[in-house]
Amino acid sequence: MAYWAAAPVKRYDVKMRPRFIRWGAAALVLALPFVTHVVLGQGWVRILDFALLYVLLALGLNIVVGYAGLLDLGYVAFFAVGAYCYALFASPQFDLHWPLWALLPMGALLAACFGVLLGTPTLGLRGDYLAIVTLGFGEIIRIFLNNLNAPVNITNGPQGVSLIDPLHVGPWFLEKTYHLGGIEVPLVINVYFLFLLAVVLAVHLSHRLENSRIGRAWAAIREDELAAASMGLNTRNLKLLAFAMGATFGGVSGGLFAGFQGFVSPESFTLQESVMILCMVVLGGMGNIAGVVLGAVLLSVLPEALRGLGGLQEFLFGRIWVDPSNLRLLVFGIALVLMMLMRPEGLLPASARQRELHESK
Amino acid sequence: MPCPLLEAVRIGKRFGGLRALNDVSLALGAGSITGLIGPNGAGKTTFFNVLTGIYKPDSGTVRFAGEPLPAGRPHAVAARGIARTFQNIRLFSNMTVLENVMVGRHVRTHAGVMGAVFRTAETRQEEAAIRDSARKLLDYVGIAAQAQRIAGTLSYGDQRRLEIARALATEPKLLALDEPAAGMNASERMQLANLVRRIREDGTAILLIEHDVKWVSQLCDHITVLDYGECIAEGTPREVLAHSKVIEAYLGKGVA
Amino acid sequence: MDIFLQQLVNGLTLGSIYALVALGYTMVYGIMELINFAHGDVVMVGAMVALTVLQALTGWGVPSGVALAVAVAVAMAVCMALGLAIERVAYRPLRRAPKLAPLITAIGLSIVLQQLAALIWGRSYLSFPSVLPTASMSWHGVIITAIQGLIIVLATLLMAILLLLVKRTALGRAMRATAQNPAVAQLMGVNTDRIIAFTFVIGSALAAVAGVMVAAYYNVGNYTMGFMLGLKAFTAAVLGGIGNLPGAMLGGLLLGVVEALGAGYIGDLTGGFFGSNYKDVFAFLVLIGVLIFHPNGLLGSRAREKV
Repeated sequence: MAYWAAAPVKRYDVKMRPRFIRWGAAALVLALPFVTHVVLGQGWVRILDFALLYVLLALGLNIVVGYAGLLDLGYVAFFAVGAYCYALFASPQFDLHWPLWALLPMGALLAACFGVLLGTPTLGLRGDYLAIVTLGFGEIIRIFLNNLNAPVNITNGPQGVSLIDPLHVGPWFLEKTYHLGGIEVPLVINVYFLFLLAVVLAVHLSHRLENSRIGRAWAAIREDELAAASMGLNTRNLKLLAFAMGATFGGVSGGLFAGFQGFVSPESFTLQESVMILCMVVLGGMGNIAGVVLGAVLLSVLPEALRGLGGLQEFLFGRIWVDPSNLRLLVFGIALVLMMLMRPEGLLPASARQRELHESK
Repeated sequence: MPCPLLEAVRIGKRFGGLRALNDVSLALGAGSITGLIGPNGAGKTTFFNVLTGIYKPDSGTVRFAGEPLPAGRPHAVAARGIARTFQNIRLFSNMTVLENVMVGRHVRTHAGVMGAVFRTAETRQEEAAIRDSARKLLDYVGIAAQAQRIAGTLSYGDQRRLEIARALATEPKLLALDEPAAGMNASERMQLANLVRRIREDGTAILLIEHDVKWVSQLCDHITVLDYGECIAEGTPREVLAHSKVIEAYLGKGVA
Repeated sequence: MDIFLQQLVNGLTLGSIYALVALGYTMVYGIMELINFAHGDVVMVGAMVALTVLQALTGWGVPSGVALAVAVAVAMAVCMALGLAIERVAYRPLRRAPKLAPLITAIGLSIVLQQLAALIWGRSYLSFPSVLPTASMSWHGVIITAIQGLIIVLATLLMAILLLLVKRTALGRAMRATAQNPAVAQLMGVNTDRIIAFTFVIGSALAAVAGVMVAAYYNVGNYTMGFMLGLKAFTAAVLGGIGNLPGAMLGGLLLGVVEALGAGYIGDLTGGFFGSNYKDVFAFLVLIGVLIFHPNGLLGSRAREKV
């Protein structure tokens, strides 16, 4: 029984926010890459691009952890499946150059198949046992990617696959720099809008799933699996469905990642990555879309922002006292602990949990 | 009884060395109210868990509406038409009261992922129908005013009612109630008895576990008594209460 | 056959270390259903502290045996304090929080410990001073080094002591009671806060010893060494049935042996298709296989849900 899970009930309804806030937020999100590009430079737009990919991943994991209450510590495996699917079918590796519109659905489907493959034998396990099995699965996938360069070279081993075809959406070549009325639109901004589109779709999809017969069934399983089964819910199939749905998000973001980077290697798909995505979901507020988005943006931007610590040291003390890369992660770890201590139910918790906590006081 | 709705034949179940059920048989007809009584640890809840597919019996068969019940698959049992409540109330306590009942409709509805994502006309109609019937059921058990509250915050008696509403949402032919009156005072018990009678009148058979012999004998047409995992008596309330073994089990040897 | 026995010995050595670390995971889990993600890093801190003390002492010409004993004692003391601090700072405030909250603080702490270690000891590898006898004995072609022998004997001894503590003493009884039902244990006069803190302390002490063993066995220590070890040990704890002490011991030994045999034989088994770099796959597959047939681990009790 997933008694740890937060429970969304009266969901964060987009329509309930005042209209001007919605339009303001939309304008901000659209203007953000341009402003960032001018003020902070290309590097920071790239960080925003990755933040969007993380949002996509966190939304996917949220279906598994937040909605269905299944603790998955190997989620990055689905990301890897999507990435390698794109990489192998759109690169000189096998001299295949399939288009994006074919590869993204293929990656999603393949990831879903892996989700079912993993879930079928293991979904009967209790929460923490499932966690370790998913963790093992994630590691298995990574080890295979790392070693499948012999005897037959499939993944090119630890070197990874490079020279991956850039992202093309119909006539929109993302690697090109466009000029819109004098404004420069380079790769990183093109990518931003493609990823943003994916995120908007993912949010929409999550929202609809959450407020459906299926979403309600997931919530019931998360609350009390045995009672749910006694009410006629096929818990095994529903859990598999959650796994598969979550995996598709991972698969799509993997494909986008591969096309954007132009290069994939097993290093990008470690357990730490899975753990970080889980942190985004839990810290933001499991089961609440807005919370998960916030968590993902925060935890992907924070470590980058903390790179400034080196400069700050020089500014304050005139020299670098502490290795900035260690200090950055140290501060990140401390921040993670502190945020969780201050808001154990997440930054933006699903509202039922919040209400419950208040009423019990 | 012409063709019994439920027919459990010689059910046996062990946990390690403990024989929890030993050749227990029970039959009940459509439209009846049957009581299952017995001292603590007699195996009543275990028997319930076998009937509702939570445990697989070691021996014996259960037939429901003329066909064998799938053993060990609670969701399939619910789909066949047996719904239950739990001795230690098991609601989806962080969901609203209404949502709890809506979950009960799951097994009789169909919308899948595609329906959810594209929100087709069909899905919207079904969703509206689910909401509608859930509200009606809340009204039926008398807690319609609480529909938007979080289930876990309801009073004890209302939680029992909500469990019944949720079970009824699955459109059962047989409703199995595990100690529905536990912890209730006299007037709440009376209201509950009225609700149970009404459910029966509306066409659902009822099987219930209860400790209060007097309450059960006023409510039930038929009673089965378990003790140490064995069926020691069955019949109408009058017959059963006069049975020497029953008196012995309840009051100890030497009284009868 | 020689290879088999040799790998068995290697596996048992590694397995004893896994078992010691796994005990820390399993005790904490048994008592508060929490995966203490930072435990692997406590092992690392133990190793690094011991290495530092050893290097200093041998530098001053202190005899090896004494230096080693002092190093282990200091490492244990530091880790016990660390365990206590971790429980106090990251877990105690979250006792009533949703279950995943302490998992995240544990992850945060793991990052903090690693980075602190990197700042203190640097990112390079520290080597283990040669204070241990390099002798080895050979038996039917199987070589057992003194270090291996020492690790196995010491680990067995510590596990025996722990079992006695838990099964035979009043403190152990209080621990078991808290694991069964903290609320009731508290009503019966058990100071559960203290028991939980104590559990962390014992687990950390074992972790410190395990840390020294790993450093001695592989001759190195590094700030990242705790991660993989912790992962393996947690796997071992689950394999044996998490929350179950003998289970953690069995799981640790089994995982060590499976890994060693896997490394030795996986090439032959698959006709050379998979090499020893798949040994971790092998270990995880065994875990998944065991859990499919024994959903609660090898020795885990079947927690029957009360319906």
